[in-house]
Amino acid sequence: MAPLSHYLAVSAILFVIGTAGVLFRRNAIIIFMCVELMLNAVNLTLIAFSQFFGDQTGQILVFFVMTVAAAEAAVGLAIVIALFRNKQTVDVAKVNILKW
Amino acid sequence: MSDFIPIIVLAPIAALLINLFFGSRMRGEMAGWIATGAVAISFFVTLGLFSNMLGWPPEQRTIHFHWLDWIHVGRVNVDISYLIDQLSIIFMLVITGVGSLIHLYSISYMKGDRGYWRFFVYLNLFIVMMLQLVMADNYLLTFVGWEGVGLCSYLLIGFWYDEKKNNDAAKKAFIVNRIGDFGFLVAMGAMLWQFKSLNYLDILGSGGNVVDGVHHIGMATTLAVGAPIATIITLMLFLGCTGKSAQIPLYVWLPDAMAGPTPVSALIHAATMVTSGIFLVARSNILFALSPTTLSVVAGIGAATAIFAAMIGIFQNDIKKVLAYSTVSQLGYMFLALGVGAFTAGVFHVVTHAFFKACLFLGSGAVIHAMHHEQDMQKMGGLGKYLPITFWTFLIATLAIAGIPPFAGFFSKDEILWQAFSRGSVVLWLIGALAALMTAFYMFRVIYLTFYGTERFDTDHHEPHEVDWRMWLPLVVLAALSIGAGFLGMPSVFGAGNWFEKWLEPVVSRGEEISKVAGAAEGAGLEWALMAVSVGIAVAGILLAARFYKRRLTLAKDEAQLGAAYQLMHNKFYVDELYDKTVIQPIYNVSNGFLYKIVDVRVIDGIINGLAHITEIGSGMIRRIQTGIVQNYAVLIVVGLFVLVGYLVMF
Repeated sequence: MAPLSHYLAVSAILFVIGTAGVLFRRNAIIIFMCVELMLNAVNLTLIAFSQFFGDQTGQILVFFVMTVAAAEAAVGLAIVIALFRNKQTVDVAKVNILKW
Repeated sequence: MSDFIPIIVLAPIAALLINLFFGSRMRGEMAGWIATGAVAISFFVTLGLFSNMLGWPPEQRTIHFHWLDWIHVGRVNVDISYLIDQLSIIFMLVITGVGSLIHLYSISYMKGDRGYWRFFVYLNLFIVMMLQLVMADNYLLTFVGWEGVGLCSYLLIGFWYDEKKNNDAAKKAFIVNRIGDFGFLVAMGAMLWQFKSLNYLDILGSGGNVVDGVHHIGMATTLAVGAPIATIITLMLFLGCTGKSAQIPLYVWLPDAMAGPTPVSALIHAATMVTSGIFLVARSNILFALSPTTLSVVAGIGAATAIFAAMIGIFQNDIKKVLAYSTVSQLGYMFLALGVGAFTAGVFHVVTHAFFKACLFLGSGAVIHAMHHEQDMQKMGGLGKYLPITFWTFLIATLAIAGIPPFAGFFSKDEILWQAFSRGSVVLWLIGALAALMTAFYMFRVIYLTFYGTERFDTDHHEPHEVDWRMWLPLVVLAALSIGAGFLGMPSVFGAGNWFEKWLEPVVSRGEEISKVAGAAEGAGLEWALMAVSVGIAVAGILLAARFYKRRLTLAKDEAQLGAAYQLMHNKFYVDELYDKTVIQPIYNVSNGFLYKIVDVRVIDGIINGLAHITEIGSGMIRRIQTGIVQNYAVLIVVGLFVLVGYLVMF
């Protein structure tokens, strides 16, 4: 069985990829997927620690995170669709109307 | 009896509250009768108190009435308490007595005015404040009344506020009085510092009286004659008096105060408020007696005011202005008496003056009423046959002020002249006598110009008509008092003894004793001689006025022939212009040029606007951060997270 550090390393890499995607991609759907990626990176950490410490709490937390992520995806997708109807684009660089 | 004392104050308060809240809905003369009734109640309670006091032994004629707690700080206790003794009861009788007559007169005089009820609210408030002033047992409560009557005076001078000149006159009275009040405040500060108290009994003692069962020894009596602190306190108090009692140099507001309704001139600016300066000096007689310096200042200012104002009064053509200058002059007389240490004589003149001057003012009000608000005597004449009651009462009061025996003014004025001679100096007497000559002259000038000679007014529309009973009844009562009041203070050389002097003796005797000059002139023969001289002077003044004005038609032209002297006196010695140039204009220029244009606009507005400007520039720069691009915010969150985590890891 692989040691804990390997799981944590994979998780960190996934998290950084997700973060980079949120920060630098323009497509709202891709940004969404990157957020999911970050959440899953955290889930992986939770599972790994849960296994390592022999504690069930981490696994239960993962279910919470997945529930929230699903809810968020539903709301987020609705927002994206509404945005597309109004602006005919999902490029976040073109919808920055909340500025000075 | 002392249980009834609050009624004296509460009755006018109740009336003023009723009129204040319901007056605007009352019809006809209702508000006036309520106000008049309240003051009449005060008068009758005071009268009852007075008649009780008459029955007591002289040294027990003092009531110290504690009503309400007020200020207790450290060792200083100031309460709303009243000290009703021989001095204050005299003033209370005059205030409520003359006050109720003038209220009665106002019921008719102010009829139809759209501020009818407001007028009576002010008048009642004035009575309340004036009573506080004289009934107080400490300087602070006196000061409250002092300020209160000043306020009422201000409100009533500017009563017809839609004319600018009335408001200007009101402001003038208020501001000039503030200068005097500054002196009063300083004096109170000095007394707190020196005596740690403001109560009359603590500072001045109770004279020969027993108050609360003990003879109070005033702390002032422990001072030596001529102590600097006494001079400071009394000079500052006297500064207050020059404001309120219209003495040089603060007299300029009183003639302008004639802009108010005539009953106000009679009540406030002749009979009561302006005499509060005399009250204050008489009340503090021991303190004043301790400072020969202040006493000579008082006497000097009084004498100077008496003659100066009389000179101005000679060539005024506005009937009320003449009376105003006459009031200033008579107040000067009173201070002359106080200044030579004859406190009784000063207070006696206050009383007689209240009667005949109120009568004169109300009479002039009747004339003005009949003339449809014409006040210029050049446009009157021959009114005697139209206004018989007004004429006779006016004549009686004029004889009284001129000093013809046996009218009241003769006794009081002669007493002052005699005291000025015997306790003061020949110079003071001479000035007083000269002023008396002028008084007789200008008062009879008024009589001749108004009631005699040809009619110089337009009779086509309305004939002048006599006033109704609410107006002539006060005139008649005041005229009767102008005849009778003098006998209260008949000189002792007449044999009967001076009742007024005996009455006031416990209050003022110590002050009169301390201030008495060694080797003062005395002697019945001398007194008789001076009396004859002053009667002669008065008669001479009257004859002179008759010679010039009895049949005179071309008044303005004839007087103008007098040249420079006439110009000077007619224009009031240009004192108002002098004040304007030396005080008002510089203050105005500094206010406008420096305080407004530099301090206000540049400095204060500059700082405020500058701060706003800096904020605007700063926000203009900072708002660039808010791009509206979500990812920028995300970057900032991540950077912040790194900083936070980095901080936690490193420390």
